[in-house]
Amino acid sequence: MTQKRQSVSFAAYIAMVPMALTVLLAYLGTMLWTARVSVSSSRTFPASDFVGASQYIRLFNNERWLLSLQNVALYGVLFIAACLVIGFLLAVFIDQKVMAEGALRTIFLYPYAMSFVATGLIWQWILNPELGIQEVLHKLGWTSAKFDWIVDQDMAIYTIVIATVWQASGLVMALMLSGLRGVDDEIWKAARIDGIPRWRVYTSIVLPMLKPSVSTAFVLLFVMVVKVFDAVVAMTQGGPGTASEVPAKFIMDYLFGRANIGLASAASIVLLLTVLAIVAPLYFVRNRRAAMGA
Amino acid sequence: MLKATKVGSAIALALAVSGAQAQAPLKATVIHWWTSGGESAAVKQFAEAYNKAGGQWVDQAVAGADQSRATTINRIVGGNAPTAAQFNTSKQFRDFVEQGLLNNVDDVAIAGKWDQIMPPSILQAIKINGHFYAAPVDIHMPAWFFYSKAAYKKAGITNEPQTWEEFLAQLGKLKAAGVVPLAFGGQVWQEKITFDAIFAMVGGSDLYLKVYRDRDQKAVMSPAFKQVLVEFKKLKGFVDAGSPGRNWNDATAMVVQGKAGVQIMGDWAKGEFAAAKQVAGKDFGCYPGFGPKSPYIVAGDAFVFPKTSDANAIKAQKLLANVVTSPTAQVAFASRKGAIPIRGDVDESQLDICARQGLAIMKDKSRQLPNTEMLASPDTTGALQDVLTSYWNKNQSPEDAQKAFARAIKGE
Repeated sequence: MTQKRQSVSFAAYIAMVPMALTVLLAYLGTMLWTARVSVSSSRTFPASDFVGASQYIRLFNNERWLLSLQNVALYGVLFIAACLVIGFLLAVFIDQKVMAEGALRTIFLYPYAMSFVATGLIWQWILNPELGIQEVLHKLGWTSAKFDWIVDQDMAIYTIVIATVWQASGLVMALMLSGLRGVDDEIWKAARIDGIPRWRVYTSIVLPMLKPSVSTAFVLLFVMVVKVFDAVVAMTQGGPGTASEVPAKFIMDYLFGRANIGLASAASIVLLLTVLAIVAPLYFVRNRRAAMGA
Repeated sequence: MLKATKVGSAIALALAVSGAQAQAPLKATVIHWWTSGGESAAVKQFAEAYNKAGGQWVDQAVAGADQSRATTINRIVGGNAPTAAQFNTSKQFRDFVEQGLLNNVDDVAIAGKWDQIMPPSILQAIKINGHFYAAPVDIHMPAWFFYSKAAYKKAGITNEPQTWEEFLAQLGKLKAAGVVPLAFGGQVWQEKITFDAIFAMVGGSDLYLKVYRDRDQKAVMSPAFKQVLVEFKKLKGFVDAGSPGRNWNDATAMVVQGKAGVQIMGDWAKGEFAAAKQVAGKDFGCYPGFGPKSPYIVAGDAFVFPKTSDANAIKAQKLLANVVTSPTAQVAFASRKGAIPIRGDVDESQLDICARQGLAIMKDKSRQLPNTEMLASPDTTGALQDVLTSYWNKNQSPEDAQKAFARAIKGE
């Protein structure tokens, strides 16, 4: 009997080997390799010399890199906040047993299914002052109307927030809706008997119950923020000038166009460390809470 | 990786010895990024010429220059190098040469007297440590001025400008006539092309070379260079609000439709005019600069030949280098590509008037000026683009731009 159990667990270990190897080689291995390249003088090809932190020093003397970090921070805060709020409101709206719920759900979720390379182009047209909203308003006779954010140094990054919120809030809605559907009807009945207004039930009772949905949505959105690339390329190409640069685009530019994988690797490592610095405390707090709860 | 290459070549050798391979045509896998309509028509001319010469062209088109070069790098590193790969005639493949990853084509170059028939700027880019490491296939001049004859007529302009001041005056007239004076695509590389055109015209060849080739800090900080920056920024008053992020071909379309007066762009723009059934000299005009002595910026494409010890592959590389640089293939390719041939001894009748003008200018060596990619590494060129795009788009003083430019050019 014990022998049999042992052989089962042995088989399980064997079965896990491919996954373990994948994790070690494909994830950890490439990370270590990137870290190694980031301290070499690599240009087009990986070099095996050691130049210390000079790529990192160069990186943090690069105005464009600093600007892209600033941009992604601003973008991240606005994007995540807007997606969570709009997604939650959409979910609440749909949860009111509206007509054609299925159709509405599809409409709201639809943008998430589309590639941003295609939709970004359309957003670019919509926001372009000579083709889009501004031009339409002018043609309608409102000639003083101005909406030229996409060509404005200070506003370009917000156009990317608008377009990506449009894309991702449907996903948040879907997550929240499944959470809302999990809320027991008894709670609603009890609240009605107590005469608590609906909005109050949502904010004080339902929302705290949706915590798992919210944190799932947050993690998904956070990942989207870190890797935001296609939306920027399709809409502004980082412009006008360098106004809407983001780290992922910086890395891609140096990796391919500018044949400098040393600097690109250093940037990737910085990005990885930033993510760890933000995610690790969250993870730690959650684990502790779980432990304390148990 | 090394092992894989060895195994690969062993297999290739075995196949070669087996005899069946001996009579087979010389197969050449070529990676390039010529994917638009005119470009693929052009590269087909090379393929046909190569097949006729006893080879077998295996086409590997990869859309996008960066992606195409990345494919080449990956295949070389992975031990499955193509027979030839496209690069710009520039420092892009310098790292390859230094790592010993390319075969040279000295035999072909010496037999074909490349030293005598090709312009010095091209030779500088392809001849490294005395060896020829690439076969140039075309010359592009990235700073042509293309103008709409209809728009010029509307604005009452009858001549091509002979000086920078006259050009600015014409832009003013176009503006007054209600057309967009300068069709402009606000993407970093287009801003750079436009700047270089102004730099060469206003600053002159000497200053241009001092800055880009000699990396002379004093030249960058000089009043003359500051003036170039000031003049460049004047163009900002002549572009429309929709220019940021615009693609070059959309900007060209504005000239094609007469909505805009003039565009500063490489000669590949002629493809867009041709696609709209417009004829050079009739519907649109072209001039490479102001006056008969203006500098002519030289850029272009070239094939490099990744290292291999397979005798057949080397033969294929040499045959390819020979075919693509031959006069007939050159003129057939250039006429469809919108470029000019790398050599002067070709039949000009197939080329349009812009290309013929360019070919005539190329005979005067003093007018030729290498583009920045030939003088600086991709990394430095990129840093310069960052500086210029900041200056163009932000409210930055020319002095600050000068300082940033000086830092970027030190680079490397």
